[in-house]
Amino acid sequence: MATQERIGTKRLVVGAHYGTLDFIVQRCTAVIMAVYTVVLFLGFVFSSGMNFETWQNLFTFHLGALPVGQLLATLAFLSLAWHAWIGVRDIWMDYVKPAGWRMLLLVLTLLWTVGSVIFFAKILWSL
Amino acid sequence: MSDSASKPRPQFRNISVPQILSYNLPLAGKTSILHRVSGALLFLCLPLVIIPLFALSVTSAESYASISQWASNPLCKIVLLVLVWGYLHHFCAGIRYLTLDLHIGNNKEAAQKSAGVVIGISLALTVIFGLKLFGVW
Repeated sequence: MATQERIGTKRLVVGAHYGTLDFIVQRCTAVIMAVYTVVLFLGFVFSSGMNFETWQNLFTFHLGALPVGQLLATLAFLSLAWHAWIGVRDIWMDYVKPAGWRMLLLVLTLLWTVGSVIFFAKILWSL
Repeated sequence: MSDSASKPRPQFRNISVPQILSYNLPLAGKTSILHRVSGALLFLCLPLVIIPLFALSVTSAESYASISQWASNPLCKIVLLVLVWGYLHHFCAGIRYLTLDLHIGNNKEAAQKSAGVVIGISLALTVIFGLKLFGVW
């Protein structure tokens, strides 16, 4: 009876608001990646002729002593990792109900994500 | 109103695969599930295809040149094309979701239209990339 009246704006909101953080993170990381995509694309378009040097320079250029190319790529990839974690976690939460299977898939997803970050960082920062 | 009430609409619960295939999902629903599929695909291919290709492209001039050799295989071309579509669709659909979050185009007609635009633009750009990839020009 009482639960049926708690709908719309009067609904009972419980929990620690982890979902609110995920909601905001998912959108912020999306904007970072979208902006980085446009920046890379513009760098691609305005570089005089695309070859290995100009392509590599998009990820290795410095402003003074600061490795801006590497820092931007790292920021974008960390955004990608956090974004992908939330997205894939949501897929498992929607479709996989047994707790054991869900836990296994979540752990594998986490390993896949962290492994990708290490893989990418190793390549990027050894340039 | 009374018409729809007198004729009950079919209900789908715990739908199975044949039902999924026959279910007439609205355009916005198609964009949504493709957003999920493309995201999962990109995530799966990230350390398998995408990062290795990135590594080849930035490590040395020789490895950079070896990519075109890798991409001369038609199967690799298809993989690349699917991933490019996945990125483009996820990108375009993501922009659409961000605008919906800002309460832009939230009514039914506008949302259906923008869903169609997302599918159309990402497919069109994929075709352009594919024509370039398969050496039409």
